[in-house]
Amino acid sequence: MIGYVIRRILIMIPTLLAISMIVFIIIELPPGDYLESYVAELQAQGESVDPQEIQFLREQYGFDESPVQRYLRWVGGMLQGDFGYSFEYRLPVSDVVGDRLFLTIVVSMATIIFTWVIAFPIGIYSATHQYSWGDYGLTFIGLLGLATPNFLLALILLYFANVTFGTSIGGLMDPKYIDQPWSVDKALSVLEHLWIPVVVIGTAGTAGMIRRLRANLLDELQKQYVVTARAKGLPPGRALVKYPLRSALNFFVADIGTLLPSVISGAELVAVVLSLPTTGPILITALQSQDMYLAGSFLMFLATLTVVGVLISDLLLAWLDPRIRLAGGASR
Amino acid sequence: MNDLVRINDLRVEFALLGGTVEAVKGVSMRIRPGSTVALVGESGSGKSVIAQSIMGILPKAGRITSGEILFADPVRDGGVVDIAALSPNSREMRDIRGGSISIVFQEPMTSLSQFHTIGNQIGEALHLHRNVGKAQGRDTVENMLKLVGFPDPAGAVDKYAFELSGGLRQRAMIAMALICRPALLIADEPTTALDVSIQAAILKLIKDLQAEFGMAVLMITHDLGVVANIAEEVVVLYHGRVMESGTITDIFRRPKHPYLRALMKAVPHFDMKPGERLTPLREITYETGPMIETRAPWPEGVNTDVNVLSVNGLTKSYTTRKQAWLGSREVTRTVAVDNVSFDIRRGECLGLVGESGCGKTSVSKIIMRAITPDAGTVTFNDRGEDIDLLAVPDDEMMPLRRKIQMVFQDPQSSLNPRMTVFDIIREPLIIHKTGSPSQQAEMVKELMRLVGLDPRFLNRYPHSFSGGQRQRIGLARALALKPDLLICDEPVSALDVSIQAQVLNLFKDLQKDLGLTYLFISHNLAVVDYVADRIAVMCRGRIVEIAPREVLFRNPVHHYTQRLIAAVPYPDLKRKLDFSKFGKPGGDDPEKWPMPFAMGPGHPSAMFDLGHEHYVLAAEGASRRELVQ
Repeated sequence: MIGYVIRRILIMIPTLLAISMIVFIIIELPPGDYLESYVAELQAQGESVDPQEIQFLREQYGFDESPVQRYLRWVGGMLQGDFGYSFEYRLPVSDVVGDRLFLTIVVSMATIIFTWVIAFPIGIYSATHQYSWGDYGLTFIGLLGLATPNFLLALILLYFANVTFGTSIGGLMDPKYIDQPWSVDKALSVLEHLWIPVVVIGTAGTAGMIRRLRANLLDELQKQYVVTARAKGLPPGRALVKYPLRSALNFFVADIGTLLPSVISGAELVAVVLSLPTTGPILITALQSQDMYLAGSFLMFLATLTVVGVLISDLLLAWLDPRIRLAGGASR
Repeated sequence: MNDLVRINDLRVEFALLGGTVEAVKGVSMRIRPGSTVALVGESGSGKSVIAQSIMGILPKAGRITSGEILFADPVRDGGVVDIAALSPNSREMRDIRGGSISIVFQEPMTSLSQFHTIGNQIGEALHLHRNVGKAQGRDTVENMLKLVGFPDPAGAVDKYAFELSGGLRQRAMIAMALICRPALLIADEPTTALDVSIQAAILKLIKDLQAEFGMAVLMITHDLGVVANIAEEVVVLYHGRVMESGTITDIFRRPKHPYLRALMKAVPHFDMKPGERLTPLREITYETGPMIETRAPWPEGVNTDVNVLSVNGLTKSYTTRKQAWLGSREVTRTVAVDNVSFDIRRGECLGLVGESGCGKTSVSKIIMRAITPDAGTVTFNDRGEDIDLLAVPDDEMMPLRRKIQMVFQDPQSSLNPRMTVFDIIREPLIIHKTGSPSQQAEMVKELMRLVGLDPRFLNRYPHSFSGGQRQRIGLARALALKPDLLICDEPVSALDVSIQAQVLNLFKDLQKDLGLTYLFISHNLAVVDYVADRIAVMCRGRIVEIAPREVLFRNPVHHYTQRLIAAVPYPDLKRKLDFSKFGKPGGDDPEKWPMPFAMGPGHPSAMFDLGHEHYVLAAEGASRRELVQ
C-alpha cells in the first residue's frame, strides 16, 4: 500500500509538468502580449505612452526572450514559491490571490458538503422507492435544478435574501469587513453570505449526483448478495447500508476526482454575477488582459487540485474496495 | 404437526406490466424433520418462487395470494407459525429467516459481497440470531469453516470471496447458511454452476452436515442425477403445479406422470446404446433446403478421408503482472494450453471435455485465430489442400473464415439484442459478400427452416425467443456460410434439460445431413458422450486422455478421467455416487495423483498409445502394465 502511494505521488510530477506546458502554450496562443494590449488600451483612452517605460518593462519581465526561456523562468519560479508578478494589479501574484484562494476553498468545500448532504438521502430514497410518487417528485425537482441556469438562480436568491433577511447584495461578506483582519463577526458575515453561492453552484451538481446515485444503487439492489443479506434475517435498513450502499459508494468516491475542478471552474460565472471575492473573476479578467503570470498560476492551481483530487479518490478507493487493494494490477 | 413444514394450497402471483402472472398455482407439499425433499422442475416452473415464499424473500412484484406455509419452529419448541401470514420484514419473520430456515443459492460468486470478508458475512448471521461475544463468534465461524472443509479455517476468516475458488465460495455460502444450525436448509440449485467433481464434493458435504445437525433439506434442482443421489422424497413441479410427488423409489421406479417420464428420457446418460436417440419433451422438425445442400464439391481424385483439422503441440501461456510501471515487477506465468495435439477427421465429432479453467476455450480461440499461441501448429485441410492456419497472413484469412464457424455458450449475450433475427442470420452473408440481397433473404429463410424455426419470425428480436430457440438462431448464423468445421463451445450448458435434448438432436442430425465436422466443447460428460465420436479429456491445459467414446467411458485409464466419470451423478437409484471418494479439497491436486499419472513441473510425461486409438498421458517411461492395471 505504501509503495502504491509513493508511486502515485511520483506519477504526479510528470503529469503536472505536462499540464504546465499545455497551460503555457494556451496562454501564449493569442497574438501579442500583456504590454501590447496595455499600450493599445492606454491609446484608446487617449493617454500618452512613454515608449521608454514600455521598453524598460519589456526587458524587466523578459518579454523579448524566447518562449522556452520564459517557460523555464516561470516553472522555475513556481518551484521556489514565486508565482510571478501581476501586471494588472502591479503586485506579486501570491498577494493578489492569497485571501481569494482561501475563500474559494471555503466556497468549494461548502458546496461539496452541500451536494453530498442533499444528494445522499434523496438518492437512497429514490432508489429504494423506485417509481413511487416521492421518487417522481424528487426526480422532477432535481431535473429542474439541473435545467435552471445558474446565474438566474443566483439573481433570484440574491433578491430574496436581500428582501427577506436583509443580506447585502453580492460578495461573501458585508462590505464593512472587506480588507479587515479576520474576526468572529467577519466569519459570521461570511457564513451569512455563503449559502447563496453554495446553493447556486451546488444545485446542478446535486441533481446530477442524485441521478447517478439512484442508478448505481438500483443496479446494486438487484444483485444476489442483497437477497443473501435479507435471507440471513438482516433488517432492511441495515442490509441496505452494509451491502448495496457500500458498493454504490465506489462511484461516489471516484467522483471526488472530477468534483473538485468542476466545482471550481463551474463557479466562475456565478462568482462574477454574485461578485464573489473568489478566484473565478480574477481568472477571467487575467485571461482577457493576457496577464500571463496571474492566469498561468491560476490554471496551474486548478490543475494541481484536479490531480490531487484524483489521487485522493484513488487512495480512498483502494482503501474502501478490497478488490482494488488485493487484486490491483493483476491483468491479463 | 409431525411435519417441519407443511405447505397448503399455496398461490403466488407476480405483478407484471401487462397484468398479473400466477407463478405458483395451488401447491401443497410437506417436509418432515431431518428429511431431504427434492423439488424438481425446469426454469419457470415456480420452484425458486416456493423457496422464496418459505424464506419470506419474494421480490417486490411477488405476492402470496392464498394458502399457508406452516412451520413448526424447533426454536419455539415446535410452536406452529404460518409464514404466509407474516409480514416479510416483521421481527418474527426475521428471526426465522437465517435462524431457523436458511438458504444456499446457485451462484456463489454473486451471492457473496465483494466488500466484506467471508468471516464477517458468516459471523453476521450468528450475531443476528444468537447472543455471542466477538471472540466466541470468531471461534464459531472458524469451527464452521473447518466443518465445511476449508483447508485453513483461521486464515480463511479474513479472506474475501474473490480470493477463493468456486468450490470454496460455495462452501463459505453453506457455512453462512448453517452457522445458526437451522432446522431447514433450502438449497436452490447449489451445484449447477460448479464442475462435476466439485458438485460431488458439495453434495457430500450437504449430506454429511445434514446427518450431523439433524436438519431437513429442501433441494431445488433440475438435475435428476442429483435428485437420485441425495433425496428421500421428490416433488415434481411443472408450470406452478405439482405433477407428481412421492418417495424417491416411487418416483424413479414407477414414474406415473407423463411429464416426469418424458423428462427422464430427455437426459443423456452413459447407458445409451449406440444410435439411441434422446426423446425431447417437444420434438422439433426441420428441413434442409436446396441452397444449403449445394456445397462446393471436393476435387476429383482427392482423398476425402482426411483430418479436417490437425492441432499439434499448441502451447499458450498468460502472464499476470503484479505491479504497474515504476514498481518492482512480479510476473507470474500461467500455462493455459500445454502441448495440446489432436486431429479431427472429416465428418467426425470430437468432444473436448474438462472442468472450467482447463484451457478448452483457449484451444478453440487459437483455432479461430482470436488469440495467438506461443508454439504449435494448426493445420486445416481445405478440400485436399493442407493450410497452416497460424501462418496465413491476416489479409488472406477472410476466405478461410467461412470454412470454420463457431456456436457460443450463452444464447443471451451472443445475439445482438438490437438486431432482428433476419439481420443476425444475414450478417455473415453480407460480410462475405455472398449472393444478391434477394438470394441472401432466400438463404436466411432456408436457414430458419433448417433449425426448425418458422421464417415468419424473422422480423422479431432475440428477446422474444426462448433460450433454446436463441441457441438455434446462433446455429443458423454459424451455418449461413456453409462451413466445413463447426466449433461448438458449451452450446447446451445454458439450457434446461428438456430443451437440451432438442438442441443436441438438432446438432447431431445436421452433422449427418450436411456432412459437418464438429469440435464439441463441454464440461458435461454425458452430453459429450451423446454427440461425440471421439473424446479428448483436458486437465490443466493438457490433454490427458483421448479415445473413441465407447472406450473412454467404459474403460477410462487416466486417474483424472476416472475421477471425472465417478463424479457424474446418475439418475439411477442402483448406481449412487460413491461419496467417500470426494470431499477433501486439494484432493484434486494433480501433483499428488498416483504415479504414473501425477502431473506438474516435476513430472515429465508423454502420450502413450494403448491401441485402438486410445491414448493416455503418463509419466515418461511408464510401462504398459502400470497403465492398464
